[in-house]
Amino acid sequence: MPQNEYMDRFRTLYGRRLDYEERKRKREAREPHKRAEKARSLRGLKAKIFNKERRNEKIQMKKKIKAHEEKNVRKKTEPTPEGALPVYLLDRDVSSRAKVLSNLIKQKRKEKAGKWDVPIPKVRAQSDSEVFKVMRTGKSKRKAWKRMVTKVTFVGESFTRKPPKFERFIRPMALRFKKAHVTHPELKATFCLPIIGVKKNPSSAMYTTLGVITKGTVIEVNISELGLVTQSGKVVWGKYAQVTNNPENDGCINAVLLV
Amino acid sequence: MQNAMETETDTETTEVKRVLSRFKSDTGEVLPGGLLDLPVDITVDKLQLICNALLQEEDPVPLAFFVNDTEITASLEKCLEKNFSTSEDVVDIVYQLQAVFKVRAVTRCTGSLEGHKEAVISVSFSPDGQHLASGSGDTTVRFWDIHTQTPHFTCEGHKHWVLCIAWSPCGKKLISACKNGSIIMWDPESGKQVGKTMNGHKMWITYLSWEPYHSNPECRFFVSSSKDCDLRIWDSKLGQTSRVLAGHTKSVTCVKWGGGGLIYSASQDRSIKVWRATDGILCRTLEGHAHWVNTLALNTDYVLRTGPFYPLETSGDLSLLERAKKRYEAVGQEKLVSGSDDFTLFFWNPDKDKKPITRMTGHQQLINDVKFSPDGRLLASASFDKSIKLWEGSSGKYITSLRGHVQAVYSVSWSADSRLLVSGSADSTLKVWSIKTKKLAQDLPGHADEVYAVDWSPDGLRVASGGKDKILKLWQN
Repeated sequence: MPQNEYMDRFRTLYGRRLDYEERKRKREAREPHKRAEKARSLRGLKAKIFNKERRNEKIQMKKKIKAHEEKNVRKKTEPTPEGALPVYLLDRDVSSRAKVLSNLIKQKRKEKAGKWDVPIPKVRAQSDSEVFKVMRTGKSKRKAWKRMVTKVTFVGESFTRKPPKFERFIRPMALRFKKAHVTHPELKATFCLPIIGVKKNPSSAMYTTLGVITKGTVIEVNISELGLVTQSGKVVWGKYAQVTNNPENDGCINAVLLV
Repeated sequence: MQNAMETETDTETTEVKRVLSRFKSDTGEVLPGGLLDLPVDITVDKLQLICNALLQEEDPVPLAFFVNDTEITASLEKCLEKNFSTSEDVVDIVYQLQAVFKVRAVTRCTGSLEGHKEAVISVSFSPDGQHLASGSGDTTVRFWDIHTQTPHFTCEGHKHWVLCIAWSPCGKKLISACKNGSIIMWDPESGKQVGKTMNGHKMWITYLSWEPYHSNPECRFFVSSSKDCDLRIWDSKLGQTSRVLAGHTKSVTCVKWGGGGLIYSASQDRSIKVWRATDGILCRTLEGHAHWVNTLALNTDYVLRTGPFYPLETSGDLSLLERAKKRYEAVGQEKLVSGSDDFTLFFWNPDKDKKPITRMTGHQQLINDVKFSPDGRLLASASFDKSIKLWEGSSGKYITSLRGHVQAVYSVSWSADSRLLVSGSADSTLKVWSIKTKKLAQDLPGHADEVYAVDWSPDGLRVASGGKDKILKLWQN
């Protein structure tokens, strides 16, 4: 039989000594004084260790007290959850698309300020030599004023080519795009939407006018099939989106809707 | 004037074809007067005159005319061309009585009533159209003064979202139910709670329906359906459950107390059950839907709702009870339509038959709301496929689709004269549709977010709508 079990047995048989409770109480009452004495007298590394331990102990104690207090309070009032729904929507998964409208206003404000808070804020600058390839023209290929765009472009519906003599920039047919895969960040859904135009290519204003689409370019897409509505009940159809991939490498345009 | 005369003589000289025709009522009775020899270019106005003369009514009654179920809109000739009947045949012109009064389409928002701190979930006018109540996610029921468009009373008592409200047919009580499953009755005159809170349902309440006025003018009993699969009939005077109707195996979505003493309940377990109100016995189970049944509509809904109040009848010789009974009996047999998640509607004859009369297909998304027109001749169904479809109220035949919303249509409401329809949608607009032209009559933007509830007042003057933007809006002509 292990030692402590003998002690237990003795206790069950004969009980504790008569002044046990008294002594225990006194010892516990003395404890803080002893601890304070220790804290005062310790020096050096030992004091450091002791103080750190004591501090942690106190933090835990306070946390516990707070938790208990909160538990008592919570019993009294349970706040009603927000986002009330009518009966017919209670059993259905309703995605929260409500913010679309309020965000529309925010976006307008941002546009006015001329500042863009976009998903990809920093865009690598595209140099001219990267975007354009020099085309040699003339009978002996001496002239070098013609450029071919080597990036993905968007060319509007109404575009007609100039005569070759005046055409400085060639936008190859194979790199022209009409649609983009646009992700709605709140709905977490992606739609293949027609592009309306290139709003801004951050590298240069000329790229914007040429319709060059690189990573970070802001494009306008046609979102009428998403069925978003403005305050006045009109269907929203044009909205901006930022390109998130390198279309010239991937062969498709992925973009995030700016809401 | 002279010009008009000339053109008239011109047409006559160019030989007007004539057809033999006779007038029939929509129940099939032939008008006395026998066969009439009518010119084919006769207009609706002239038909009105002739028919009114034959009917021998004291005051001319507005009528609508149909040939082979297509309405005559301009002249008789156009309908004949479409259906190609030779001039030797007799044309049956079916006439239908229209409402004597005319409700004007609401055109503008006359008041934005602010006050609710959460989405407005339910909006309802009292049967006499003089009171307006709304229930909201901020746990309050509010009464509004429609004449001054100001808040009247704010009723606090619920602990959770107020999901549904229902006026008693006498218009002197309002019950509201919340998501915790408790029901409270309110007095619209004082805004105070009447009796104690009625607890019993273990989960939220989905629908409330009062006993019809003509079977008990005291308005004592009502039935509630709940997510916990049960129906409960409550005694509002004692504040106790008088009967529990159990039998559904999934959430009950809608319940209607019919005029003939039957209770109809639709459930997510794909069935519709018919109960006898007096002893709570299950009469029959109507099966056919392949998915949740969302909503029910009775052709007597409007009559039961407005009970003894009817905007026209002011004849004082009948008591309210007799008036309500007369109106209910005038509707004829009670018919039921159910809309479901399986994109179809079923047309039932619930007090006789277990089999549906017909199945109405065409919607491409679930059907959220179905309403009979007040005269019971038409049906409108609102669906999440952004369209509203019109069906014939007697046979369930498809008439047309009303397209214009760009998101799910949540609810529809008819005007009292059955000539207009208003719909509320997730695209934050209300739209008023003209039934005559089957086209959009008014687009009413103004809400900042989804519109959850719409109600057209029984006197036809106002439309109230509430939605997620926490504002109750009143619309008027």
